[in-house]
Amino acid sequence: MLAAEASYSVSQSAGWFLENAWLIPILPAVAFALVIFFGKKLPMKGSELGVASMIGSLVLAVGAAYQWIQRVDDAAGHSGSSLMKAGGESTPFVGPVIREWTWWQSGGVEFGIGQHIDGLALTLLVVVAFISTLVQIYSLEYLRGDRRYTHFFAALTLFSAGMLSMVLAPNMVQLILGWEIMGLCSFMLIGHWWEDQANARAALKAFFTVRVGDVGLLVGTGVLFFSANAWTQQNLGVSGFNISGLSAWAMSGDASQSALTWGAVALFIACIGKSGQFPLHTWLPDAMAGPTPVSSLLHSSTMVVAGVFLVARVYPVFWEGMSIPDTNINFIALIGGITIVIAALLAFVQHDIKKVLAYSTVSQLGYMMLGLGAGAWLAAVFHIFTHAFFKACLFLAAGSVSHSGSHHSFDMKKDMGGLAKKMPITATTWIISTLALAGVFPLAGFFSKDEIIDNVGHNGYQAFMIVGLCGAFLTAAYMARATYLTFFGEARGSAAGEHHDEHATDHADDHDSNDAQGHDDHGHDAHGHDDHASHGPHESPKLITVPLLILASLALVAGFANATPFGSSWERFKKYVEPSPAFVAAESTMASGPGEAIRVVGWPTAAEGGEGEAKAGCSYESPAPGEVCYFPAVSHAKFKWSKGLLSLAIVAAGLVSSWLFSIQYYTRRNRRLVGLTERSRVLRGGYLFLWNKYYLDVLYEKYVVRAVAYPIARAANWFNQNVIDGVVNASGRISRRVAGWVYRNIDQRVVDGAVNTSGAAARGTGEALRPIQSGKVNQYGALLFAAAAIGALVLVIINT
Amino acid sequence: MLTVQFLLLSAILFSIGVYGVLARKNAVMVLMSIELILNAVNLNLIAFAYRLQSIDGNTFALYVIAIAAAEVGVGLAMVLLIFRNRRSIALDELSEMKG
Repeated sequence: MLAAEASYSVSQSAGWFLENAWLIPILPAVAFALVIFFGKKLPMKGSELGVASMIGSLVLAVGAAYQWIQRVDDAAGHSGSSLMKAGGESTPFVGPVIREWTWWQSGGVEFGIGQHIDGLALTLLVVVAFISTLVQIYSLEYLRGDRRYTHFFAALTLFSAGMLSMVLAPNMVQLILGWEIMGLCSFMLIGHWWEDQANARAALKAFFTVRVGDVGLLVGTGVLFFSANAWTQQNLGVSGFNISGLSAWAMSGDASQSALTWGAVALFIACIGKSGQFPLHTWLPDAMAGPTPVSSLLHSSTMVVAGVFLVARVYPVFWEGMSIPDTNINFIALIGGITIVIAALLAFVQHDIKKVLAYSTVSQLGYMMLGLGAGAWLAAVFHIFTHAFFKACLFLAAGSVSHSGSHHSFDMKKDMGGLAKKMPITATTWIISTLALAGVFPLAGFFSKDEIIDNVGHNGYQAFMIVGLCGAFLTAAYMARATYLTFFGEARGSAAGEHHDEHATDHADDHDSNDAQGHDDHGHDAHGHDDHASHGPHESPKLITVPLLILASLALVAGFANATPFGSSWERFKKYVEPSPAFVAAESTMASGPGEAIRVVGWPTAAEGGEGEAKAGCSYESPAPGEVCYFPAVSHAKFKWSKGLLSLAIVAAGLVSSWLFSIQYYTRRNRRLVGLTERSRVLRGGYLFLWNKYYLDVLYEKYVVRAVAYPIARAANWFNQNVIDGVVNASGRISRRVAGWVYRNIDQRVVDGAVNTSGAAARGTGEALRPIQSGKVNQYGALLFAAAAIGALVLVIINT
Repeated sequence: MLTVQFLLLSAILFSIGVYGVLARKNAVMVLMSIELILNAVNLNLIAFAYRLQSIDGNTFALYVIAIAAAEVGVGLAMVLLIFRNRRSIALDELSEMKG
């Protein structure tokens, strides 16, 4: 099968940007320190530093991506046509640009820090830097006048730094570092307005729910380290934390299956927590308590994507550990599939526009996990890429609506409706992103989501393909409902210009007063309104709409980065991001610094093609001694228009049926539909079930937390009262007794006795010696000579 | 043995000097007795230098003579001052050093 046994060196010179990609997270990290220490003294309260650092990171990331594309092109050019396989083309393995420095040492184990730059890392780097930049620009307007404006930008910058450093981590330790920085920052940002009890609770919930999963990250890293370290040290000269090392170890065939499985399961539990998968997804909708830009950043490109990224990063571990190529159901795919459906169903009963989007995110993350679990690595990563744009756009549009259209309300039923006319730009961007999310043909979501569904079915996970299609229907339907409620129909509440009473008090609140400033910008002074209430919904200022427009246009075109339906020449993402499953000489790879040669030993047969494709290459056969694999040969489904049209039809059905239902239901024209949930017991039960979020929160808070926390609290109290207090009291009593004894015996007798005795002795000696001091020189002289004589006598006696 | 005779003479001189220092009440006489002691020491040094055929003892004796001259100078000055203050140089009357 390895037809071309000739080994082949691919020599690449990495450019400056690739070699110094580690600067990308350093910039925002430094900016964070500057903002937090000096931000308040700066003219723009530190926000300019945040924005500038993100732009800097974006420039570096784009430069690195450009050089990576050149590197891949060079490698492909070198490989030449002579090495092409008959069945299709094989790209050589393009080595990642790895640089690692020792961070600290402990017990003979070196913990490194540095960079691991390949297509996957660069994709995320560019997306994160890009979305962060736009979100920060948007926040300039959205949070104008906020009381913790500087802190907000500091935390936002650190958040991006955490994600960026996680993305380019060369080893699990740095990955955990970035992961935890994000956890901390998400807590800070979700609880940004912590004066409100609910916000503080949401922040805590997010933090602790994710922490539950994080235990899995530590356990998984430990399991993999102790299983892999010996192998990686021997074969590649790196520690068992190294991501390349772990990948090679997992693919080597020497790894123990149980270590791989348990390591993969533990790591995936961390991903469940971080990426909001069932059953730990409950923190994500509550995280909407944070300011909207935070939700946008959290849900599009950072935080929640971290879990998906982790699976994609050490994919060989999951590939082997979960036996992805050999099964038609596994843990990852199962969780992903469940998540898609349950989250999509929950999105139907939400009143809060941001919560609809939150459940939508959960559902989309389910798609990514399903894709990864079913071997559709490329499609899942591509979905991260496209999803980031339209989801960020949707959140920012929702923020724009609340900022300028509904008076800081996110309630679609009370305060929105009919905003399309008042806010044309926001509505347009929202609708574009909605269609992209639903997966309508030329928009971004179609290419990525359809690809996932297609590949999932292609890889033998037929049941999950059906789940994916159901999810597509649901996605289209709930987004149509949210769109209708927000932008169409009749205006309600604040959207109609009316103010509820609570707003009067609300307005004194600090985070609401920011709009007092904002309004002056858009010419409402023409009305000469002193009264705030006279002012209705209007379009948001440019700082908000420009990021929206940029993101919406990307939602339009991002899908063409890997437009499978148009043939392989459009599959740029596949070419530049997916690592080749080639066999690589072990000694040539890990030792290589940037720009070193990678020696490709064997070529995989093409994994492209129809149903009867040969399963071969890395992961189907073990590498020979001295060779390693870094990536499994994932298969790619060939696009068929019949399948594409089927999913398009499903999406269209979802959109149309939901749209019609919304018109019937929310305008209260159809008596049969209105109040249906009150009349039918079955429907009412279903509604309540969804409304209570499957009672998962109840389960967690009433039972799990109570079961875990209350006995522990009681035990801790008992321990406190009896053991600790007992120990303290007993030690108090004992020390008192000891002190008394010491006073009586040691202090009084020994110490004082010694002092007194020495005093008396000195006095006695003085008395005794006094007569000698006669003052008579003669006597002194006599003593002197007597002493000398005695001394002389002693000397004589000793010497004889 | 010539050396023994020297040493005997030296011992006799030393003893006379010690007696003078201890028994005399006149300060000038004490000083003179100290000169005797020092000269006894000189004699001792020279006797041993002669016996060991070494010049070290002679050198050392010269030093002792020089220091003895200085010591007598200082001693006489003190005696003079005491005499001026007290009109007496009897040592047994000087008891200011009594502790």
